[in-house]
Amino acid sequence: MSFINYASREINCKIVYYGPGLCGKTTNLQHIYQKTAPESKGKMISLATETERTLFFDFLPLALGEIRGFKTRFHLYTVPGQVFYDASRKLILKGVDGVVFVVDSQEERMDANIESLDNLRNNLEEQGYDLDKLPFVIQYNKRDLSNLVSVEELRREINLTKVPDFEACASSGEGVFETLKAVAKLILIDLKKGR
Amino acid sequence: MANPLMVMYDEEFKQINAVMEKLLREANSKVIFLVDKNGQLISGVGETERFDTTSLASLTAGNIAATGGLAKLIGEKEFSILFHEGEKDNLHISIVAGRVILVVLFDARSSLGLVRLRVKKASEELATIFDGLMHKAEEKEKSGESDFPFAEITDDDIDNLFS
Repeated sequence: MSFINYASREINCKIVYYGPGLCGKTTNLQHIYQKTAPESKGKMISLATETERTLFFDFLPLALGEIRGFKTRFHLYTVPGQVFYDASRKLILKGVDGVVFVVDSQEERMDANIESLDNLRNNLEEQGYDLDKLPFVIQYNKRDLSNLVSVEELRREINLTKVPDFEACASSGEGVFETLKAVAKLILIDLKKGR
Repeated sequence: MANPLMVMYDEEFKQINAVMEKLLREANSKVIFLVDKNGQLISGVGETERFDTTSLASLTAGNIAATGGLAKLIGEKEFSILFHEGEKDNLHISIVAGRVILVVLFDARSSLGLVRLRVKKASEELATIFDGLMHKAEEKEKSGESDFPFAEITDDDIDNLFS
């Protein structure tokens, strides 16, 4: 649910990065944080365990600039990817405006990817959202590794609705901003259509 | 869409701030924030510059969401008040009108009892303002009155954001 504040002339939108455990959601946010000018970003918050696994969420506020005199702000969240944190994942999806699904391109993670995508669809439905109607993009991450599933196969298995998709290597930053821009753009187009 | 767009207008923003300023004085508190349940800051009064308000808003909403999840597990609708006690500063967090979160930060110059009392009164006033706000937004939508800033944006406007 975007929040339009006519008093402070701001519009706020929420983007959630979803995907299986260790697929690189937090790494995406860390890269964005590192590469964004200090005046455009707030503090990044990570609620993580001692072993740096996301426990509840990561949060990064970004200010993109102005459209028609309104400041556009995007709040980026990640969910905890590990299967047993499902209750927390549901909470973070509340009020979501756009979703990035981060795929772990390694062969042995295919089942985890598909399970996580099903989980995303179900959790959204529980909250009254339809994934097919939300601004949604897919990122094939870890393209720098060796035991990869081909992009064609990933598209066939995961990108069933043919949403915008991107190859990425979040640890080096490749594809990270392309993914973010794509989802932000879809959200703004959605806002425009919404009225 | 599962949720309607949340909108804030100048008039209501001023009314809300007036209620919050009054609460700040009457509860003898240091700073007060109003946050929506999705973690977006609506307004803040008092010593706001001392705090990272964006992070505070997001964590507060996460906190409310987590305790709300706990409440449902034990068969409660929600926990409408949370209280966090620190060595010097304390946080009183409450849900207003089922949709926004009021955060009051106070120290030894005030007390939990006073804060609770004043928050209760202020919550009623805020609830009335938010009801009016929802009504106004619905009316505007029905009448097709469009002062919506994004209705006429072009692809170029969007592309320019990323240049």
